[in-house]
Amino acid sequence: MANPGIIEIIDVHKRYEVKSESLHVLGGLSLTIAPGEFVSIVGLSGSGKSTLLRLLIGLDRDYQGEIRVGGEPIGGPSLDRGIVFQEHRLFPWLSLRDNVGLGLENSTLTATEKAKAVREHIELVGLGGFEDAYPHQLSGGMAQRAAIARALVNRPSILLLDEPFGALDALTRSNLQQELQRIWSSEKISMVLVTHDVEEAVYLGDRVVVLEPHPGRIERIVPIDVPHPRERKDARLEQLVREVREAILDHGRPS
Amino acid sequence: MSIARDRKPGVIRVAGLSHAYVLPLVLIVAWELSTRLGLVNTRLLVPPTRVLAAAWRELQQGGIVAPLAASLGRDLGGAALGSLLGVLVGSIMGVSRRWEHVLGPSFHAAKQVAIFAWIPLMSVWLGTGELAKVVFIALSAFYPVALNTFEGVRSVSPAHVEVARVFSFTRAQVFRRVVLPGAAPSIATGVKLGLVYAWLGTIGAEYLLAAAPGIGNLMIDGRESFQMDKVLLGVIIVGAVGFAISALATSLETRLLRWRA
Repeated sequence: MANPGIIEIIDVHKRYEVKSESLHVLGGLSLTIAPGEFVSIVGLSGSGKSTLLRLLIGLDRDYQGEIRVGGEPIGGPSLDRGIVFQEHRLFPWLSLRDNVGLGLENSTLTATEKAKAVREHIELVGLGGFEDAYPHQLSGGMAQRAAIARALVNRPSILLLDEPFGALDALTRSNLQQELQRIWSSEKISMVLVTHDVEEAVYLGDRVVVLEPHPGRIERIVPIDVPHPRERKDARLEQLVREVREAILDHGRPS
Repeated sequence: MSIARDRKPGVIRVAGLSHAYVLPLVLIVAWELSTRLGLVNTRLLVPPTRVLAAAWRELQQGGIVAPLAASLGRDLGGAALGSLLGVLVGSIMGVSRRWEHVLGPSFHAAKQVAIFAWIPLMSVWLGTGELAKVVFIALSAFYPVALNTFEGVRSVSPAHVEVARVFSFTRAQVFRRVVLPGAAPSIATGVKLGLVYAWLGTIGAEYLLAAAPGIGNLMIDGRESFQMDKVLLGVIIVGAVGFAISALATSLETRLLRWRA
C-alpha cells in the first residue's frame, strides 16, 4: 500500500463542453506530489488550476488520464482529502463549533473523540474562545481560519487550497500564510495550494508548479530550496519570486 | 440571508404614547360619541362600552373561552397538517426538477382557485363536520408554506451543497443538514403566512360549514338574534387572535433563526 499522502497525476486531460464547443482546460498534465510535500500551483487565468483541484478533491470525475491518491484511483470525495475554497463556505446557521464538527458527520469517531477533535482544530487555527460564534460574527480572516479547521478536522493526508486567501486584505493574508506554514509543519500532511499570488506560492511551497494556459500544461517546476520556517524577506525567496513571475509571463500576456 | 427582519413599523414615542395607538383611540372615541349623541342607529352600531359589557357577560357565561378553545384547536390542527404537507410538497418540488415538472403546473393551477371555491366540493366529499373544517384550514395553510418552502429550497447555495459532498454526505444528510436549514428562513415566512391564512380559513369554515362551537358560531348567533354587541365582540376576538398568532410566530421565528446577521 502506497503512502496515503502521495498524489500521482498521469497525463490528465479535461474538456468542458460549452454550447457544443469543446473547451480544452487541461492538456496532458502529469505531476507527482510526495507525501508531506507543499506544492504551489500558479498560472494565468485559463490554465486550469482550480479545475485540477476539483479533480483532486473528487467533485468532478469526468476527465481522461489517471489520478491516483495513495496508489488508488479517485472514486469521488474522501474524508482523507480536505479542501479550503476561496470563500469560507461556512454554514451561517451553525456556530463555529458545529461548522467544524460538520466535517465529522461521517467519521467513525465516538462523540467524545469528535468533540475533542473539534476543540483541538479550533485551537490549531487560533480561534479558541469563539466556539459559539456564528459566521456572521467572524471577520473574513477568522472565517477562513474556521474553514481551514473544518478541512483538517478529519485529519486528512492531503489538504487542497483553492486561492484560500485571495479575498482577504494584505495584512490578514500574510498572517494566515504564516499560520498555514506553521500548521503544515505541525500536521506533516501534503498540501496543494492554487494561487494567483506568486509571493504566497514561493513563500509556502516546496515546489512551485507554473502552468501555461489554453490548454493547461506544466510550463515549469521551480524547486524552492529554502528551509522552513522561512522569512518573508529572505533574498533567496525574492530571487525565486522573480524567476516564477518570468516563467508565468513567458507564455501569454498577464490577465 | 435576503429576508428582512420584521421590525415594528414606525413606532415613534410622543409623550409616552406611541403614534400607532393614536388612530384606533380616536376611532373608538368617535364611535362612542356618535352613538351617545344619537348620530347613528344604535341598533346597527352599538357603542364600544356595550361591546365591553357583552365581553364581560359572555366571559362569565362561558361564551368566550370554550368557543375560542374550539376555534384555536381546529385552527392549529389544520395549520399543522397544512404546513407539514406544504413543507413536504415544497421540498419535493424544490429538490427534484422532475417532480417540479410533474407537480408544478397542477400546483400553480390549483393555487389560482379561490380557496373558498373548494367549500361546496369539500362539503360533498367530506361532509360539513369537523373533518371538512380541518381539511379546509389545512388547505388554506398549505399554499403559502409549499410555495415558500419551494423557493427556499431552490435558493440553497450550491457552494454549501458542494461542501457537503466533499464530506461524503448522503442525499439524506444533504437534505437534513444543508437544504432544510438553508431553506429555513423561507419556510418560516411560509409558516407565518400559513398561520395567518389558517386563522382566516378557520373563521370561514365555521361560517360556511355546519355550526359547531367556535368564534364563527358566536358571530352567527349574534347576527341571528340581532345582538350587534356579540357580533362586534366576535370581530374583535378574531382580530386580536390573528394579531396574537402573527406576533407569536414572529417572535418564534426571530428566536429560531438567531443565526441570521
